[in-house]
Amino acid sequence: MELANLTWKKLGLLASAALLVWILYPSQRRPELTIATVNNADMILMQQLSKDFEKQNGVKLNWVVLGENVLRQRLTVDISTGSSTFDVITIGSYEAPLWGERGWLVPVDDLGADYGYDDIFPVIRQGLSYQGKMYAAPFYGESSFTYYRKDLFQKAGLEMPPEPRYAQIRQFAQRLHDPEHGVYGICLRGEPGWGQNTSYVSTLVHTFGGRWMDLNWQPQLTSPAWIEAVSFYVDLLRNYGPPGAVTNGYNENRALFANGNCAMWVDATSAAPYFLDSRQSRVATTTGFAKIPIAKVPNGAAWVWSWALAIPTSSPRTALAKRFIKWATSRSYIARVGERFGWLWVPPGSRQSTYDNPKYQRAAPFAPLVREAILSADYTRPSALPVPYVGIQYVLIPEFQAIGTEVGQEISAALAGRVTVEQALALAQADTERAIEGRQRK
Amino acid sequence: MKGINITKSHRRFHAAPLLAPSVAFLLLWMVVPLAMTLWFSGERYNLLVPGKSAFTGWENYRSLLTHRALWLAMGNTLFLLVLVLLITLVGGTFFSILLDQDFPGRNICRLLVIAPFFIMPTVSALIWKNMLMNPVFGLFAWITHSCGLGTIEFFSHVPLLSIALIVGWEWTPFAVLILLPALQSLNPEMKEAARLDGAGPVELFYHIELPHLLRPMSIVAMMEMIFFLSLFAEIYVTTGGGPGLASTNLAYLIFRDALLGWDVGRASAGGVLAIILANIVALFFMRAVGHNLEDWD
Repeated sequence: MELANLTWKKLGLLASAALLVWILYPSQRRPELTIATVNNADMILMQQLSKDFEKQNGVKLNWVVLGENVLRQRLTVDISTGSSTFDVITIGSYEAPLWGERGWLVPVDDLGADYGYDDIFPVIRQGLSYQGKMYAAPFYGESSFTYYRKDLFQKAGLEMPPEPRYAQIRQFAQRLHDPEHGVYGICLRGEPGWGQNTSYVSTLVHTFGGRWMDLNWQPQLTSPAWIEAVSFYVDLLRNYGPPGAVTNGYNENRALFANGNCAMWVDATSAAPYFLDSRQSRVATTTGFAKIPIAKVPNGAAWVWSWALAIPTSSPRTALAKRFIKWATSRSYIARVGERFGWLWVPPGSRQSTYDNPKYQRAAPFAPLVREAILSADYTRPSALPVPYVGIQYVLIPEFQAIGTEVGQEISAALAGRVTVEQALALAQADTERAIEGRQRK
Repeated sequence: MKGINITKSHRRFHAAPLLAPSVAFLLLWMVVPLAMTLWFSGERYNLLVPGKSAFTGWENYRSLLTHRALWLAMGNTLFLLVLVLLITLVGGTFFSILLDQDFPGRNICRLLVIAPFFIMPTVSALIWKNMLMNPVFGLFAWITHSCGLGTIEFFSHVPLLSIALIVGWEWTPFAVLILLPALQSLNPEMKEAARLDGAGPVELFYHIELPHLLRPMSIVAMMEMIFFLSLFAEIYVTTGGGPGLASTNLAYLIFRDALLGWDVGRASAGGVLAIILANIVALFFMRAVGHNLEDWD
């Protein structure tokens, strides 16, 4: 018995030793790239197509796919503490210049003459640059405009003008609001967050003629323009919006519009393909598109944003990472998506050549409007008044995430009717002053 | 007598070096993060502004303590704690007594009652948010609408209560898990005797079952307290702390400072204040529960 025990023990020992050797033995390793990206549809397609890249270059790609907020938290903590384990990261036009300025990113302005830098929309390219150096390559870009339901407008005898004004939008919402039949006049972002309600309200404030800060960095949130803009937003959404708008972010509103619950929606241009896809949308044949509404001035009425690929300076495989970025953001990648998955689904808003392509023009009727919206969004002049910052739906300073979060919460309290607009903005002003104290001292 | 003393001290002498590694490990486990939190809480340290960190003493605490957000968050933390404890204890007792009865399909029912506890908090919060409480697609809205009533906008009008409902739904099974066996351990002859003395079901509950359950109930409350002081996932998924600060608790406030504002200093100060609050609550609780246990012993 004892002997048998011993043999089993030996066998077990041998087996674990073999396992250890097998695990530790350096197998014929292909070089590896670790890529962090966001879990939206365009990136999922990229992941599927990346098999080609692996084969062509003999590399193995490791994917870390996260939701937008979690991704941003993970990347910011990693890169700011210098412990990033990623070779390629997905960031937005808010992060790219700030992180480039701090020397956390490798410039990507040397991807070769065949990359077609001139083909990238200038506003997108500038948005990803710091002092003229591009720190991230745009995967896709977006602006904001108006979605509306052609059938409902027709039935009510209304017509959406090509360049709507917010006063008209309010009248339309009033006419079309029919909660008994599950149709709400307008859907807008209400969920608090610097990338949610604050983004939208920021554009609204700008088109009402307001600004975040004056030239001395003094916050302007209690100015008449802010009060007017936020009052308009709260009145519009509370009276003619869906119930529970306070918890509706981009995704919730997209689902509501696709389900036919919204007569209008003012939001990101990148949602357009979903509504035209009858598998995902009940409004595939009835969705219309119009420009962003304007209240008083056109400055900063529509935002501009892009998701882009960048390389942390801590990555030891910069050359390989650059090759991947070049592959994923090139014209030929866009063509490959078009042929494999249909031209409706190509990453939009980054390159002029996409919009010149007749196949894309046929598949995406909204394309000219999107192009125009992106090109006319001047993020260096977001307000009619002089400002010390750039950025439309955000202020390009590191403090803005904290500011945008707190301001978004106060505005959501006003939307829920817990405080008045004036009270909410007074609190938001105090929060912003506290967050920006250091900047004024400088 | 003497002999026993010697062996005891002997044992202590021998045991000390053997215990030392684990004690040291546990100390490190606790002390290092705590010390780092204390250290950071005295610094001006923003992740996005590197190279500008400096020791600022009480500045972070001053900034927190003079802002209404902290006091609102403390109030919300305590309110949530009390509300969810109430829901789980009342619900847990109710279900335990129900499931203690003999009826066909009892085992399946027990399984179903326990099940919510094994669903991840984020998942159950999403289910409640999108499928039950959603004012357009939700089941509750459909029910109230078909009854001709208006829809309740749960997360805009009663955010804390809605979150308490979700957490209560998740944690009532935990109370059942502890209270049901306790109820089963009640001597059936005692109930029998009470019945012979003419006690109805209500008297039986008040005079026999409830006193018997008080001790396990305080254990449930104590264990749940640990978790409810740091509720996070349900708030993150449903309201994001809003509207305004209506559903921001201490844990969410610290998250906001740390991962939305990148202010490590102030978040650490918040962490230290949270530790202090937890200790105060625990102290009160132990007192109250301690009395309770003595009374019934």
